[in-house]
Amino acid sequence: MSSLIPAEFLVRIDYERCRRCKRCVLNCGFGTLSFEDRVVADHKKCAACHRCAAFCPEGAITIEKNRLQFKDNSFWLPEYRKNIMRQAESGGMLLTGMGNDKPYFSYFDHMLLDACQVTNPSIDPLREPMELRTYLGSKPEALDFEQSPDGAIKLTTQMAPQVRIETPIVFGGMSYGAISLNAHRSLARAAYESGILMNTGEGGLHKDLYPYSSNIIVQCASGRFGVDSAYLNQAAVVEIKIGQGAKPGIGGHLPGEKVNQEVSETRMIPVGTDALSPAPHHDIYSIEDLSQLIYALKEATGYTKPVSVKIAAVHNVAAISSGIARAGADIIYLDGLRGGTGASPTIIRDHIGIPIEMAIAAVDDRLRREGIRNRVSVIAAGGIRHSGDVAKAIALGADAVALGTAALIALGCRVCQKCYTGNCSWGIATQRPELVRRLDPDEGAERLNNLIRGWSLELKEILGALGVNAVESLRGSRERLRGVGLSEVDLEILGIKPAGR
Amino acid sequence: MRGEFPRNPSGCAISGIISTKGRRMTGDIIIKSIALMHDRSNGLGGGFAAYGIYPEFKDHYAFHVLYHGHQSRDDTECYLKENFIVDRAEPIPTRPVAGITDPPMLWRYFLQARPGRPEQRGCTSEERGHSSFGEMSPDERDFVVSVVMSINNSIPGAFIISSGKNMGAFKGVGFPEDIGWFYRLDEYEAYLWTSHGRFPTNTPGWWGGAHPFCLLDWSVVHNGEISSYGINKRYLEMFAYKCELQTDTEVVAYLFDLLYRRQKLPFEITCRVLAAPFWKDIDRMAEEEKAMYTALRQVYGSALINGPFSFIVAHSRAMIGLNDRIKLRPMTCGVKDDLVFMASEESAIREICPEPDRIWAARAGEPIIAELEEGL
Amino acid sequence: MQIDARGVHYRDLNRMLKEAAAAGEKEFVLDNVNGQRYIGTGVNLPVNIVINGVPGNDLAAFMDGPAVTVCANAQDGVANTMNAGTVVVHGSAGDVLGYGMRGGKLYIRNNVGYRVGIHMKEYKRQVPVIIAGGTAGDFFGEYMAGGVLILLGLERRQGEPLTGDYLGTGMHGGVIYLRGPVEPYKLGKEVAVLELDDGDEKILGKYLKEYCDCFGLDYQAVREEPFVKLLPVSSRPYGRLYVY
Repeated sequence: MSSLIPAEFLVRIDYERCRRCKRCVLNCGFGTLSFEDRVVADHKKCAACHRCAAFCPEGAITIEKNRLQFKDNSFWLPEYRKNIMRQAESGGMLLTGMGNDKPYFSYFDHMLLDACQVTNPSIDPLREPMELRTYLGSKPEALDFEQSPDGAIKLTTQMAPQVRIETPIVFGGMSYGAISLNAHRSLARAAYESGILMNTGEGGLHKDLYPYSSNIIVQCASGRFGVDSAYLNQAAVVEIKIGQGAKPGIGGHLPGEKVNQEVSETRMIPVGTDALSPAPHHDIYSIEDLSQLIYALKEATGYTKPVSVKIAAVHNVAAISSGIARAGADIIYLDGLRGGTGASPTIIRDHIGIPIEMAIAAVDDRLRREGIRNRVSVIAAGGIRHSGDVAKAIALGADAVALGTAALIALGCRVCQKCYTGNCSWGIATQRPELVRRLDPDEGAERLNNLIRGWSLELKEILGALGVNAVESLRGSRERLRGVGLSEVDLEILGIKPAGR
Repeated sequence: MRGEFPRNPSGCAISGIISTKGRRMTGDIIIKSIALMHDRSNGLGGGFAAYGIYPEFKDHYAFHVLYHGHQSRDDTECYLKENFIVDRAEPIPTRPVAGITDPPMLWRYFLQARPGRPEQRGCTSEERGHSSFGEMSPDERDFVVSVVMSINNSIPGAFIISSGKNMGAFKGVGFPEDIGWFYRLDEYEAYLWTSHGRFPTNTPGWWGGAHPFCLLDWSVVHNGEISSYGINKRYLEMFAYKCELQTDTEVVAYLFDLLYRRQKLPFEITCRVLAAPFWKDIDRMAEEEKAMYTALRQVYGSALINGPFSFIVAHSRAMIGLNDRIKLRPMTCGVKDDLVFMASEESAIREICPEPDRIWAARAGEPIIAELEEGL
Repeated sequence: MQIDARGVHYRDLNRMLKEAAAAGEKEFVLDNVNGQRYIGTGVNLPVNIVINGVPGNDLAAFMDGPAVTVCANAQDGVANTMNAGTVVVHGSAGDVLGYGMRGGKLYIRNNVGYRVGIHMKEYKRQVPVIIAGGTAGDFFGEYMAGGVLILLGLERRQGEPLTGDYLGTGMHGGVIYLRGPVEPYKLGKEVAVLELDDGDEKILGKYLKEYCDCFGLDYQAVREEPFVKLLPVSSRPYGRLYVY
């Protein structure tokens, strides 16, 4: 059945400028462009990934939205009509990549930070100390000390394992398989150099990355890909992946064509087989089972590493988090509505979950009310776009944030949402060797390091404006946030006052 | 009522004196010291804490209470009688002073806990969370704290300004020297005095908002504004402290109560939580010390007092001066024989002790601790 | 080394094991075990552990090397994500055995519960093997991606079914051998029933002989009944689910 759906984008080539070097043809991962007597485009294949335009030496290519008008209808939007046509043609589920792109209300965009004026001073972060160092792990409620007769004070409390990060930012879980080995290399190297953490996602850890193990979170997901004791011990943190924001309650599925030799070795499955990781862990059907797996991992790693539990932010996230903390987790990783994915049914990505801002507020409140906030660190993810979002997430109560989409954009991603096709022209979400080669891990790491540095500098400026010189004085300090244009109920859930009060 | 007011930032003057031999001094000495720093206050708040002033009731909880109406007094007295044996109830003596207008009713009570009472408290453990006062320790003082919290938060127009043994707070709206004469502090003898002159940016004219801020034997006088107030408050709320007053200073008193009294951290360590060493300094420490300070910051990050501050915290056995870790507020210390002085300005010490044995400026984040001698 | 495990918390018991194993001890006998979890976990050395009593859940979870013998029944989650070693259970065992198991052997004398062999995976020479002598519950071999699952159904009562429903559902790798026929309605839609070939005979012979030796069974007698094998129809069972 040939498709009658109009192209989303039109590739415009200025033939006057084009000098027929064919670089665009070679660069397009989606097979949109070909060369006959001149460059021609199969517009329907264009994903607006900009690779061709970025590499055209003459600037002869532009990509436009197809302006073919549908009859106006504020209810039956063209998007819905096109999707129905597509499903009528195929009988399948709509698939997509990256995070929810729908215009849901952003709470981040309706919160503003405070600053000092006169009554207490702001601090100049460029010349005075400004501390972003953060430790992830379970902390006791109180410390015990022993005072010897000569007056020397000694700590007697045995601390649970803590992982140090130099800035309250880590990279989110993205598996090798969903993204390329060069993307993984870039992330691991940058995490190591910036003193933060990268997260393997659920596809195992390639042997080449073992040297960076001090800065790696390894995931143990339902498919248990690449999970053996060597893997678990090549890590700073072990994470049980329960869910992700882009597809709460939905599992992962890496199609067999992406399981090449290297992916196969890393996941420890034969080449070409589908890698299925269904939503539930089959050894966790209830909260006490989660506790059982947490302690199995602690036994397997000799109680030397914090165990994190990653969940999607869903309606009952506060109660679930309380259960996770009580089950023995050291870290709770919350992934909100905007969290990304390599592949998810569109309908799931766009209609399930809650915004991360609300999730942080609800979880932090609940853990405090129960007096167990110290027991866990909270990492928040799912739609952190700039350092302002980082500061707001921390003020709401997160210990650190995780970046997925932002990190990929730093690597070159244009958020075209076609990750699931494996055709990523930027060498990120693909396993095609000729595409993967395009991403230079040295340059990738440098770009990621630059991003982390830039955001950290901005965070220090924000702290300085707030008149505090350590990030722990912002953490959970909702007094330093004000809402604009939020309802009374929203303000109450976020635990903040409206601007002007 | 008080929860509806926003927090008011303020600048200030502070001064304190302790005799480590427990020698008692009349209040005119501290009035003289704080009065010298008149220009650091703006007449919208002044106050004093005095230790050793009620030797005849030294084992009683002395509650200083201010009332904004007869109903508040009736309700409070009824509540106190339910929970304590009230051995004396009387107005706090005052004299008319030109600068002091419209004072509230000021009363004091000398109370003993009823035997067995602490076990019968009304709050369920669910309301309080697992770290409630009750479960933390069966200490009688936890019970007193819960009564103070309860009255201050639920009886409109009543406010307990101090609740320790053999000590009391005297405070109000006015310049500190006027407040001192108003309360006739020249007639009290104490071995430890602290004082405060306030410069709030605005005020609802409320006497309870003046310093010192007290809880049990703790008193705090504070100069500066706490920029980390938001998280300090939320941290304390986990341990059932309610920060509903109009001053950020209360968090200091609660933090001392929580860390030193309830969690039994040594004094020095408690101070190091509030003004923690920087990571760069911790990184240079020897292993054991490094591990200790690292743990301290990991566990007590939410108790770090950030922003400009210098404060004098006192309790029945010690006076502690502390300022923030980048020295945004001043503090001078002096020693003369058995006397230790701490004040915002050196002149405030020289005014009452012209020739100290030693005088020095406190270093950023390093606590100055002056304790009563052993056996006193 | 003999340890009386009565009333000992698993954390202490496993610490004793790990420390002694690291110090060179090779033989362990744990008496009066009852409910202690994770025995064998984190002991990444080829030691022998004999368990007298019922071990707790997640026996040999993430295990890498030891040989564990249980002289009683075992509970749920045995050999969870196990990498190498052997577990022999002289009795029955519970649900979700060999979850994500990627190597080593799990031999159970009697019956096994639900979801046995779920997500089992093989990679190159790492081939996990589970053999159960009795019957199995539903979802036997669910999501199986590699390895060998053998179910014998020895000493069954008249009419007692060999397997439960949804046999091999989601299976996309590995092989299941059943001693006896299987009703088609019980099969997951991703598997097909096939006759054994010479290769199968070799595999069956190799593992079954070892199994029979473990439990003192007569190999020839066990082989008298005909076996069938289950294989996935495709390693890509979910190709046509999505619109690209």
